[in-house]
Amino acid sequence: MTSDTMTALLDVADIRKSYGAIKAVDGVSLTVAAGEILGVIGPNGSGKTTLFNTILGQVAPNSGRVLFEGEDITGLPSLRLARRGIGRTFQSLQVFGRLSVRDNLIAAGQEFLDTATQRLFAKPDAGLGSRADEMIALFNLGHVAKREAGRLSYGQQKLVDIAMAFMPAPRLVLLDEPCAGVNPALIEELLGLLLRLNQDQGGSFIVIEHNMDFVMRLCGRVICMAQGAVLAEGTPDQIRANKAVLEAYLGD
Amino acid sequence: MTLPRILRWGALAIAIAALWLLPTTLKSYGIYILTLWCVYVIAGLGLNLTVGYAGQISLGQAGFLGIGAYTAALLAKLGVSYLLIVPASASLCFAIGIGLGFPALRVQHHYLAFATLGFNMLCFLVFRNEDWLTGGTFGINDIPRPVLFGYRITRAADFYQLTLVMMIALAALMALLLRSPWGRAFAALRDNPIRAESVGISTTFYTLMAFAIGAAFAGVAGALFAPLVGFIEPASFTVTNSLAMLLMVIVGGSGRFFAPAIGAVIVVLLPEWLRFAADWYLAVFGFLIVVMMVWLPGGLLSLPDRIARR
Repeated sequence: MTSDTMTALLDVADIRKSYGAIKAVDGVSLTVAAGEILGVIGPNGSGKTTLFNTILGQVAPNSGRVLFEGEDITGLPSLRLARRGIGRTFQSLQVFGRLSVRDNLIAAGQEFLDTATQRLFAKPDAGLGSRADEMIALFNLGHVAKREAGRLSYGQQKLVDIAMAFMPAPRLVLLDEPCAGVNPALIEELLGLLLRLNQDQGGSFIVIEHNMDFVMRLCGRVICMAQGAVLAEGTPDQIRANKAVLEAYLGD
Repeated sequence: MTLPRILRWGALAIAIAALWLLPTTLKSYGIYILTLWCVYVIAGLGLNLTVGYAGQISLGQAGFLGIGAYTAALLAKLGVSYLLIVPASASLCFAIGIGLGFPALRVQHHYLAFATLGFNMLCFLVFRNEDWLTGGTFGINDIPRPVLFGYRITRAADFYQLTLVMMIALAALMALLLRSPWGRAFAALRDNPIRAESVGISTTFYTLMAFAIGAAFAGVAGALFAPLVGFIEPASFTVTNSLAMLLMVIVGGSGRFFAPAIGAVIVVLLPEWLRFAADWYLAVFGFLIVVMMVWLPGGLLSLPDRIARR
C-alpha cells in the first residue's frame, strides 16, 4: 500500500460482481482523495452503475472491499453510510414531494444533529433554517423555497435533490448522472455550483456522467470503464487523447 | 401576525368556545354523542399521524381503543386514580404499538392492511375469550366515572367538558409534534423512504414511532370511552370500527390536521342524522362515501385547494 492510498478518503479495492456468467464489475480499484472530484465514464453496460451500487451498499460484491477513512464500509446500508458522511444523489428524481423546498433541505440535514429526543423538543427548523436559506440562495431556489418540491419543474427538482445531498456537509458525495434530463443552461449552472461546493465547502465527489464536456470541465481525474474493468485513468486531457477510450465509445 | 393568521386563530377560538357551551342547548343523548365525537377525534388524531403524515396504513386502531378501554375499566374497578389510568392506557398502547410497527418494516400497502387487520382480530379474540380478565362476551359493567381532585364527574355535561379539554390538549400536543423535526421526518418517510434513508432519516425508528404514538392516542381515547359508556364489550372494538376510523381520516382528508374532527362528524353524527332513512341508512351512507371518493379523493378538507386551483 502506498502512502497515497493511506490518506485516501475512499479506497475501493478489487471489487468483483457477477450476475450469472456476466461479469458486471471485474476487479475495479480506485481511490478518492479528500477534496477531489473523480469522474467515472464509460459506455452503457460498462459497469458504472453496479460499481456505484456496490460502493453505496445496494449491491453486495462477490469479492473486494470498500474502505472509507480507513474503515471497512462494504455492504453497509445507506442509512449508516449517510451517518458516516457519504451523501448521494439518484439518477431519477428523489425529493420529498409534499414538503416545501426549504423543508426538503432541513429534512436532509436534521438527523445529523443531536439525539432523537433532543430533536423532538428542538425548534421547528432544527436550527438549520439559516443553513437551508444559504443553500437555497446558492442554488437559486429562492422564488420556489415555499412551494411543494413535487410540483416543481424537472430541473428545479434536480437542483433540490443535489442541494439535499450537500445539506449535512458530507465528506463524500456520489452523483449519479446529475445532467440526465437537464437543459443546457442548467447544466452550466450545475457545473458552476459543484465547483463552488468543492472549493468553498471542501466536498469530494464521484460523478457518473455521460455528458463528456461536463465531466471534462468538472473533474480533476477521470476513470473510463469498459466491460466491467478500468480501461483508462488520468486527467481529462489524457482521457480525451486515449485511443482505447475512443474505441470503447465508437465501437470495434 | 398577518390577517389570515388572526382570522384562523379567531375561528379556532370561536369553535372551541362553541364546543364548550354546546351542552347547555342539548339533552343528555346529544351530549353523549358529542362526547363520543371527542373520543373518536382523539383516536383519529393518532390514526392520522400513522396514516396521513407517516404514510403507513392501519386497520388496527379499534384494537388500541379497546386495549385502552379495557385497561381503564379494569384499573378503575381496582380503584386506581384516573390521573394514573390515562397514562397507563396510553403507555400500554404505545408499547404494543411499537410491536405492530414491526410488520410495517417488512410489508406495505395491502399487505400491511392485512397485518394490522389481523392484529385487530387478535385483540377482539382476547377481549372475547379471556373471560377471567375481560368478562368475555358480556364485557365489563358499571365502569365508574372518574374522580378528579376529590370530585366525581357524574354529570354528562361535566364529563363532556373533561373529554373536550383532553381532546384540545392532545390536538395541541399533536400540532407541536408535527411542527417539530419529527413531523418533517414522518413526512419524509411517507413521501420517499429510500431518499429518507440516504439523508440519515431512520425509517425503522420513525415507522415504529408513527405506530406507537398513533396507538397511544387511541389508548387515551379508550380511557375516556370506558367511563363514558360505562360498559364495554368486545363488539365495540372490531375491525368494522377500525374501518370506520380509517374512513374518518380519509373522508376528512388524510394528512390534514383537522381531518379527524371533520371525519368524526361524518362517522359519528351522520348515522344519527340519517336515522329517518332507517334500513336504507347504510345504502345512503355508502353511496355518499363512494360519490365523495370519486369526486374528492383528497377528502373534504381538500375542497378549498381544489377550488383555489380551478
